[in-house]
Amino acid sequence: MQRELMERIRALMDKGVADQVLAWKRGEFFYDTEPAILTKDELGEMVYDSFCGPNLSKYLIKEMPKIENKILALIKPCDSYSLNQLITEHRIDRDKVYVIGVGCKGKIDVDKIRAKGVSGITGVDENGDKITVHTLYGDTTLDRKDVLLGKCLFCKGKEHRIADETVGESEDTSEGSDRFEMVKKLEQMTPDERFSFWRKELSKCIRCNACRNVCPACSCVKCVFDNPNTGVQNKAAANEFEENLFHIIRAYHVAGRCTDCGECSRVCPQGIPLHLLNRKFISDINELYGTYQAGECAGQRHPLIDYTQEDSEPSIVHERGNNG
Amino acid sequence: MPMNQEWKPKIVAFCCNWCSYAGADLAGSSRLSYPADVKIIRIPCSCRLNPLFILRAFQRGADGVILCGCHPGDCHYSTGNYYARRRMTALFGMLSYLGIDSRRTRVEWVSAAEGAKFAETMNDFAKTIYALGENVKLEDLRCKEN
Ligand code: SF4
Ligand code: SF4
Ligand code: FES
Repeated sequence: MQRELMERIRALMDKGVADQVLAWKRGEFFYDTEPAILTKDELGEMVYDSFCGPNLSKYLIKEMPKIENKILALIKPCDSYSLNQLITEHRIDRDKVYVIGVGCKGKIDVDKIRAKGVSGITGVDENGDKITVHTLYGDTTLDRKDVLLGKCLFCKGKEHRIADETVGESEDTSEGSDRFEMVKKLEQMTPDERFSFWRKELSKCIRCNACRNVCPACSCVKCVFDNPNTGVQNKAAANEFEENLFHIIRAYHVAGRCTDCGECSRVCPQGIPLHLLNRKFISDINELYGTYQAGECAGQRHPLIDYTQEDSEPSIVHERGNNG
Repeated sequence: MPMNQEWKPKIVAFCCNWCSYAGADLAGSSRLSYPADVKIIRIPCSCRLNPLFILRAFQRGADGVILCGCHPGDCHYSTGNYYARRRMTALFGMLSYLGIDSRRTRVEWVSAAEGAKFAETMNDFAKTIYALGENVKLEDLRCKEN
């Protein structure tokens, strides 16, 4: 598929559609991919394989002022939601992007391979729903679905919500999973259990800000957490209060705009399940204001910048009980 | 806090300038009593309330935070309180999800003519907070006295 994609990009560039492409290239290790803006001469560096988890949509923002013609962008089905959301927020100019929707069969999480006790990984071969991991100590065969990224297991569907053309095939990876299952489980715990669950998770945070930086919804030019006048600008969370503060505000600022792309949890070096915070907002919004999916199409007005006169009062949260 | 002194909840009330702040005034001039530990902060409209303000109030030692604004439909800026209503619902839901009692936060609509309602609301809120006790789950020890 990589070759097919590369040929298509080259053809588009030859036609003069664009002279750059936003794609993935190899990082330090074979399982690392990083976003890259490539010209026709650099196209050889491009990769598209099962390690292309990163969502590229956000990287278009910085390119906008530089683009005269158009830029090609490789967008997976899940990334297409983020792209729509950014277009809605006027961060990306639709007319400057030629979107190539790339097929996706789920991306692999190398940490999950390691968690199976496999070390010294030198390469991965795929055949159908099995993968063969080559290591310094011999080969191991694993089920592909056991090592998919967490976000792929809750994929919203393999249809591109925005694309000028699509290349390659997709395969369902969510198998009817319920993305709110864990949210519901937490809601049913006692408040103290919930509190200690989150204490245990959030106290791992080292405030590297990776979750914020990777988030396509978190695209403010100046973030509250970078503003020394707010008193919340901290490089390391000094105590429990700051851990709570950072995480409540990070999730709150993207509430209604979060497409549940799962990038925050993917990049967290501490493995904090940040998507569970985002999904709480999504599930509350769905319940109180009607089912809503951010980024489903461009131009939507999200529920937290909208209202009806009949909205429930905030006391509904107290009435739900199991509160404290 | 010295041992012999009874604990009293500290409450921060954010009041919108056009209704609830005037309501608080009326409560005062009608000599209605409400707890002295309620600290009122005037904001231009209920929708000015940034969730950060609420968290900061807790950080600085508040045990409860209440937002008062014009009744839905009466906002001086027409729709501010409708937005505030949704935002606060979302925030309270998140607090409760983190295991923090959302009853430490409340939203109440109080008009300029409702001095009595203002006093009642504050009394009732103070009672709730008194029952919940000191805020420990969202405290910042660096901001505590002694
Ligand atoms: S990525 Fe993880 S460790 Fe880094 S700031 Fe976010 S939650 Fe904290
Ligand atoms: S955390 Fe909030 S202020 Fe910072 S970039 Fe994200 S949305 Fe913007
Ligand atoms: S002015 Fe009072 S709520 Fe908007």
